[in-house]
Amino acid sequence: MARSSMRAPIPLTLLDKLWQAHEILKRDDGVSLLWVDRHLVHEGSHHAFAKIDGRTLPVAEPSLTFAVVDHYAPTRDRSTRADPQIRRMISTLQTNAEAHNLRLFDLDDPGQGIVHVIGPEQGLTLPGLLVNCGDSHTSTHGAFGALAFGIGATEVAHVLATQTIWQQKPKAMRISIEGTLSPGVTAKDIALHWIARLGTGGAQGHAVEYTGSAVRALSMEGRMTLCNLSIEGGARFGMVAPDETTFAYLKGRPYAPGGEAWDKALAAWRQLSSDDEALFDKDVVIQASEIAPTVTWGTSPEHALPVTACVPDPTAIDPTKSDSAQAALDYMGLKPGQALEGLPIDQVFIGSCTNGRIEDLRAAAAILSGHKAKVPGLISPGSARIKAEAEAEGLDRIFIKAGLEWGASGCSMCVGMNGDIVAKGKRCASSTNRNFRGRQGPGARTHLMSPAMVAAAAITGRITDIRKLCTRRAM
Amino acid sequence: MTGWQTHKGPAVALPLQHVDTDQLIPARFMSVPRADGYGDFLFYDLRRKADGVLTPDFPLNRHTDASILVSRHNFGSGSSREAAVYALIDAGVRVVIAPSFGDIFSSNAVNNGLLPARLDAPACAELEAILGDQSAMIEVDLNHLTIAISGRTFPFALEESWRTKLMNGWDDIDLTRNHHQEIAAFAASRYKDAPWAWPGGAP
Repeated sequence: MARSSMRAPIPLTLLDKLWQAHEILKRDDGVSLLWVDRHLVHEGSHHAFAKIDGRTLPVAEPSLTFAVVDHYAPTRDRSTRADPQIRRMISTLQTNAEAHNLRLFDLDDPGQGIVHVIGPEQGLTLPGLLVNCGDSHTSTHGAFGALAFGIGATEVAHVLATQTIWQQKPKAMRISIEGTLSPGVTAKDIALHWIARLGTGGAQGHAVEYTGSAVRALSMEGRMTLCNLSIEGGARFGMVAPDETTFAYLKGRPYAPGGEAWDKALAAWRQLSSDDEALFDKDVVIQASEIAPTVTWGTSPEHALPVTACVPDPTAIDPTKSDSAQAALDYMGLKPGQALEGLPIDQVFIGSCTNGRIEDLRAAAAILSGHKAKVPGLISPGSARIKAEAEAEGLDRIFIKAGLEWGASGCSMCVGMNGDIVAKGKRCASSTNRNFRGRQGPGARTHLMSPAMVAAAAITGRITDIRKLCTRRAM
Repeated sequence: MTGWQTHKGPAVALPLQHVDTDQLIPARFMSVPRADGYGDFLFYDLRRKADGVLTPDFPLNRHTDASILVSRHNFGSGSSREAAVYALIDAGVRVVIAPSFGDIFSSNAVNNGLLPARLDAPACAELEAILGDQSAMIEVDLNHLTIAISGRTFPFALEESWRTKLMNGWDDIDLTRNHHQEIAAFAASRYKDAPWAWPGGAP
C-alpha cells in the first residue's frame, strides 16, 4: 500500500488491520460491507436456509461454507437417535448441506465435533480470516488472530446468499494480563475474573484484544477458551495476535495452506498485531497473580468469585445489582455469606466449545487419575478427533474408572437441547460457558469453573479449591 | 419486513437485569419451524410455576396485550439465537426499552423490525415507576427518537443505521446484491493477494 504522505503512518490496532483487509465498501452511515472468508453452519441454521430457499437463492460460495452437526448431536447412543425432533434437526442440516453442495461434518464423520472446536482443528480457522457462524461463541476463532463473530439467522441467510456481511465497526478494547498465572489457575479463570470485574456489559460494543505475558504464555487451547468467553463479557469479538504458538498449531492441519501458500500466509500473518502506538478505546490491565481459581455462584457469568470467597449478601452490594443477586441466590438455592468452597454438588460436566479440548481433558484426567468420583458426571470431548486422541492416551479409562460417563462429541450438556440435561434443582459443576437459569435444563443450577476444578469437585462431591487438593495429594 | 415510524401500544415493566436469550426462549423450543409461531415460547419458563401453571404476577401474564417492554441492564445478553426475537415479535412485542442490550440481540432485533431503544438507567427507572405493575400507553417515535408516556417525553438512543433500517424495512440481501460487481472485484483481488485465505491454500 503506497503512502504519499511523509508523515508517519497512523498506528493501527489488530482490529483495524483485520477490518481494512475485509472491507468491500463503507456506507455514509458508517456501516461496512465485509467479505466473509469462512462461514460455519450447524443444525440451528435451519431458519437461514429456509430464508434463502424461500427466495430460491443459492449459497454464494459453497467452498467457503462448512456444515457440522453439533448442537443436537446425541452423545450417548447415536444408533437410535430416538427423539424425532432431534432427528429432524439433524436430517434438515443433512438435506440443506446436500442441496447446496456443502462439506458436512456429519455425526459419523471422523472430523465431527463442536463447530468452534473443529474449525481450528481442521485448519479452517486461520489468522487474518473473517469467520462467521450463527453462534455467539464464534469469538473463539479470534484466538488465531481472526475477525470472528457470532451472527443471527437473518445475517446467516445474508452470508449464505452473498458471502458478505454488513457491520458497524466495533470499538477497540485491550485486556492485558501481565505476569504469570499461579498453579491451578487457567484461561477459564482469567475470563471469569475479568467478567466479574467489568460486568457482563463491560465490553459491550467492543472487540477485545487479549495481550500481555500471561496470554502469550497460553497454549492455543487456552487462548480459545479466553476468546470464547468474550461474549459473556458483552464483546461480540475476542482476539489474540498470532505468534509462533499459533503457527505451530496450524501447520499441517487438513485445510491449512501448504507449500508455497503456507510461506506466503506466514509472511502475511506476521504482520497481524497491533502497532506499538495504537490507541484503544478502552484499556484494562490485570495482574495474573491476582487471579484465583474462580467459580460462579449465580445466574450470570459476572456472578463469579474466587473459590475461597463467600456468596455475597444482596443487601450489602451495589444497590443496582441487589435485586438480580437476590433472584440468583433464590434460584441457586444459596444463602448470603455461604462459603463456595465445600458446597455440595450433585453432578459434574466437562465439555463444550469453552473447555472440551484435549488440554482440558488432560487437566481433568490428571486430577481424577486413581480416584473415584463421589458424584455422577459426563465427559463429552469437543470433537471426534479429540475423543480418539484422548482414548489413545488412556484418558477415557481414567474417567470411566473414576465412575464418570465418557460420551461422544457435541454441545451436550452446555445447551440443554440434545437430550443431555441437568435435572431440576440439581447442582452441576460445569466446564461450560453459561450459568443462565435453565441453560443446562429447566431448574438446573450451574456453577462454572475450569475443567480441573470440575474434576476436583467430582472427587470430593463439593466445590473444591484445586490448589488445596493438589497440596494435600503431594504430601 | 415492513418499516415503521411510530408505534403506540400498551407497555409493561419487566424489572429484571440480564434478561438473557435463554429466558426469552429456552433452547428446547428452537427446532420449531418459524411458520408455526414462536409467541407461546416467550419467557416460557419464567412465566410458569414448577407445575407448568402460569404465574399470575409475571408482568406479561397480567398484561398479555403489551407491545412495549421496559426492562433493565443487559437485555438480550447471551446466545445469538434469533428465535429470542421471533418469540417477542410473535407475541406482539414491537419495542424493548432498556439501558443496555446484548450486541447480537440488538442486530437481530433490528433485522426483524423490533426496536431496541436505549434509555439511560435513571430514565428507565422513572418509566418503571410510572408503569408500576399496571400497563399504560407509550408512544415511540423513530423520527424524533422519543418515548412519550402520560405527558412525559424521554429521548432514547439508537444507531443511525438501525433507525434507517427500522423505518425503511429494507432487506439487506436485496441491497447487497446491488453491489455484486464490487463484491466480485473484491473477491478477485483477495484471491490474488491472499490465496492462503481459501481452504487448503486455494484449490
